[in-house]
Amino acid sequence: MTRINVTVDGVRYSDEVEPRTLLVQYLREGLGKTGTVVGCDTSNCGACTVHLDGTSVKSCNVLAVQADGHEVTTIEGLATDGELHPVQRAFHETHALQCGYCTPGMIMQACDLLKENADPSEQEIREGLEGNLCRCTGYHNIVKAVQQAAKDLSSQAVGS
Amino acid sequence: MTPLSSRPASSPVGQSIPHESAALHVTGRALYTDDLWVRTHGVLHAHPVQAPHAHALVTRLHTAPALEVPGVVRVLTADDVPGVNDAGAKLDEPLFPSEVMFFGHAVCWVLGESLEAARLGALAVEVDYEPLPSIVTVRQAIEAESFQGGQPRLERGDVDARLAAAAHVFSGELDLAGQEHFYLETQCALAHVDEAGQVFVQSSTQHPTETQDIVAHVLGLASHAVTVQCLRMGGGFGGKEMQPHGYAAVAALGATLTGRPVRLRLTRSQDITMTGKRHGFHAQWRAGFDEAGHLLALDATLTSDGGWSLDLSEPVLARALCHVDNAYWIPDVRVNGRIAKTHKTSQTAFRGFGGPQGMLVVEDVLGRCAPRLGIDPSELRRVNFYRAGQQTPYGQTVRHPERAVTCWEQVLTDGGVAARAAQIASFNAAHVHTKRALALTPVKFGISFNFTAFNQAGALVHVYKDGSVLVNHGGTEMGQGLHTKMLQVAATTLGVPLSSVRLAPTRTDKVPNTSATAASSGADLNGAAVKDACEQILDRLRPVASERLGVPVDAVVFAGGTVGVTGGEQVVAWGDLVSQAYYQRVQLWAAGFYRTEGLHWDSTRMHGSPFKYFSYGAAATEVEVDGFTGAYRLRRVDIVHDVGDSLSALVDIGQIEGGFVQGAGWLTLEDLRWDESHTPARGRLATASASTYKLPSFSEMPEVFNVALLERAHEDGVVYGSKAVGEPPLMLAISVREALRQAAAAFGPPGTSVELASPATPEAVFWAVRRARGDGGLPQTAPLVEGGLGVVPEQPDATARPLHPRSEQLARQTGAGD
Ligand code: FES
Ligand code: FES
Repeated sequence: MTRINVTVDGVRYSDEVEPRTLLVQYLREGLGKTGTVVGCDTSNCGACTVHLDGTSVKSCNVLAVQADGHEVTTIEGLATDGELHPVQRAFHETHALQCGYCTPGMIMQACDLLKENADPSEQEIREGLEGNLCRCTGYHNIVKAVQQAAKDLSSQAVGS
Repeated sequence: MTPLSSRPASSPVGQSIPHESAALHVTGRALYTDDLWVRTHGVLHAHPVQAPHAHALVTRLHTAPALEVPGVVRVLTADDVPGVNDAGAKLDEPLFPSEVMFFGHAVCWVLGESLEAARLGALAVEVDYEPLPSIVTVRQAIEAESFQGGQPRLERGDVDARLAAAAHVFSGELDLAGQEHFYLETQCALAHVDEAGQVFVQSSTQHPTETQDIVAHVLGLASHAVTVQCLRMGGGFGGKEMQPHGYAAVAALGATLTGRPVRLRLTRSQDITMTGKRHGFHAQWRAGFDEAGHLLALDATLTSDGGWSLDLSEPVLARALCHVDNAYWIPDVRVNGRIAKTHKTSQTAFRGFGGPQGMLVVEDVLGRCAPRLGIDPSELRRVNFYRAGQQTPYGQTVRHPERAVTCWEQVLTDGGVAARAAQIASFNAAHVHTKRALALTPVKFGISFNFTAFNQAGALVHVYKDGSVLVNHGGTEMGQGLHTKMLQVAATTLGVPLSSVRLAPTRTDKVPNTSATAASSGADLNGAAVKDACEQILDRLRPVASERLGVPVDAVVFAGGTVGVTGGEQVVAWGDLVSQAYYQRVQLWAAGFYRTEGLHWDSTRMHGSPFKYFSYGAAATEVEVDGFTGAYRLRRVDIVHDVGDSLSALVDIGQIEGGFVQGAGWLTLEDLRWDESHTPARGRLATASASTYKLPSFSEMPEVFNVALLERAHEDGVVYGSKAVGEPPLMLAISVREALRQAAAAFGPPGTSVELASPATPEAVFWAVRRARGDGGLPQTAPLVEGGLGVVPEQPDATARPLHPRSEQLARQTGAGD
């Protein structure tokens, strides 16, 4: 067992974990953060995407001990003071989800993409989300959601 | 217009609203079945022992070593089953088998304090096998005459005479592959037993009632001792119609034996290697045309790859046979069907349920024959469309065939197809190594369960004293937006705002004896049942309102959260009226019920009118193929699809987009490979994870994707004039395959007919291009033959029994079959 100190969604945790515990296991089973889900087990689908120090990672492909001393944000920590993040709002409004299973990972990846590129072209959105699979939507509305979120974020930035 | 289909003005139904659970999904608060155990105390985890043979006898099962592993609590074997050791309704799927029937078959399950303990325990179980010969392809099964179930024949007219007289006769063969569901949430169940022995199973299931039935029969309990709940599914697509039952039963068995909650969730590779898939098919066909390209006769024999047990193979085959016509009038038809028994997973329902496979046969026929007939493929399709008054080969008059034409013409116009065809021609003339093509294909898909008895549904609607409404219905939510639509239906019928209505999770103790949420029928059936329940409540509220407002009973109108009379000033708030009714001792809840009228189906003769109506659509797809590699791009897709008067347009358009992409995945990317070698790995699925099984991703999306709903599409006799949407759009993706065929043909001389494998992966397209270019030495696996000496579809043995599924036999015994 190894002790890790990690901040998840703004809360500090100190836990004993087995060194081979996956970050996604720790989040779900250790902390009860079931908003982050497992789709494929093989780091192909992106359903488990979270942010590690602000950058997206597939949490089925990261060990909990690698998060030691770092900050993790999951889908459950994205909204601030009950206010949805613009990407969450856009996914909600544009019907960018059906079964919703891919949605948390998709949103986390989209946030990361928009952080690196505030005004992505349609092609850049497709490439930026390429590592996230959705079996339901056919992706069309997901692209639209990210476009809408980009607009909202830039008008927010202008407004602030 | 029937009362069921007429829609009040400005009602919640028809509004484009977000998914009912969208707020939960975007915040990660939506719960799936496997999120529940984390919140449950003392859970045990289940892990299977999977056999490493395609076919073998279990000669020894020694479980004691597993119990030595720390944390292992129990090993579940056949000896533990108090009831029936079977995971299905047809009693041909032993839950704990003594004969391994496919590579990865679970022979027993280990329960542990942690998944890790259960997994290590499963590794410690000692099993001895005696390997047996195995059949892993349909063609091998045909050769060995390894079939299961009935062998239906759909026949009209005199095919042989018509073929003999036809101006052109072609014949060929087609092998089309299956498809893995790859719902993003794998199969999962969590079972509890309460102090009185009541079993409660939460399952990711499209068919809670059947899950309940199977859990009860495995445990030897009556149905009332088992409750099944499905919160929601992370995708189903048919893969959770039959498949969840066995896993739910294992969890329930573990819970009854240990007294502790048991969680069973398949890993992705377990899910892919253990659960059934879309059926692959083999087809042999002969088709006759007149000089103008009219299809005169089709003789086809379809053999589906059923895998090791029957599962839903018979009804899937029936639907395949019923869709071999797609949107085309074929005067003389003979289609034989049979189900191969192979040593593979038991193939099952998958969006379209055989319809896509049946349609693909006739589209393959048209796509291959068009160049040889010298007719443009789109034109060939168009001249064969059904016309008013014509009947399908199984004897159902085709309702609204003009809608196929309207969709088609709108796609031509909106897609600017004529202008683009000219551009494509000049592009192709200018490029030797890259070719483009544009193909149109139609869809006509029958809505209702073929088997009449399944076309029933129930609902339970509660109005509480404060006027708030809780809706239960028998359908399950898998992302398709059924719950969203049901909220809209309830709010519309009761005349209350959407915010007053809430939906409860699907449970068998709320609405019993439900049918699977399948066959695209969820909204049609459950919507009508919800509406019925709401109307009963309104009927009881009307006298209360009439007395209070001093107006005649039938003048009372419920709308916008108030109750009054049309045009009248005097109104009472919904909540006030409800409260008053309570004090007058009026029952404020109701159970609703619906059964689709006018259906008739005789599967033994494959004849009748099994469908309430048909859904129509048309798609035009443009592709570009690289001649060096076979790689291709989807340049543009235009779709017009008929969903009646949409209940919820955002949801419906989302279903069309998602269905199309899933269909394109099946036909162009997703490539299930079973090991066909004679090594010990024979029968193993080589593509058992997302790293080897290619799913559609962002990069395969059409570059331009336009979807429109057919306008003025009211469907009489269906809830609020709507139509089903789940399955039909999947088959619009056949246009992708046909466009690829045409693009490959463009590498050859005019009139080139291209044989294209299915799935049309880049590799398959590469070989198609090589063949089109006439590169020597390439084997044609199934050449198109013109004239009499080609493929003659095998006619099944005269003694083969017709299709007569168990469910129909039971209905017959009770006199309810017809
Ligand atoms: S579960 Fe992590 S990428 Fe699929
Ligand atoms: S919405 Fe179901 S997987 Fe994306």
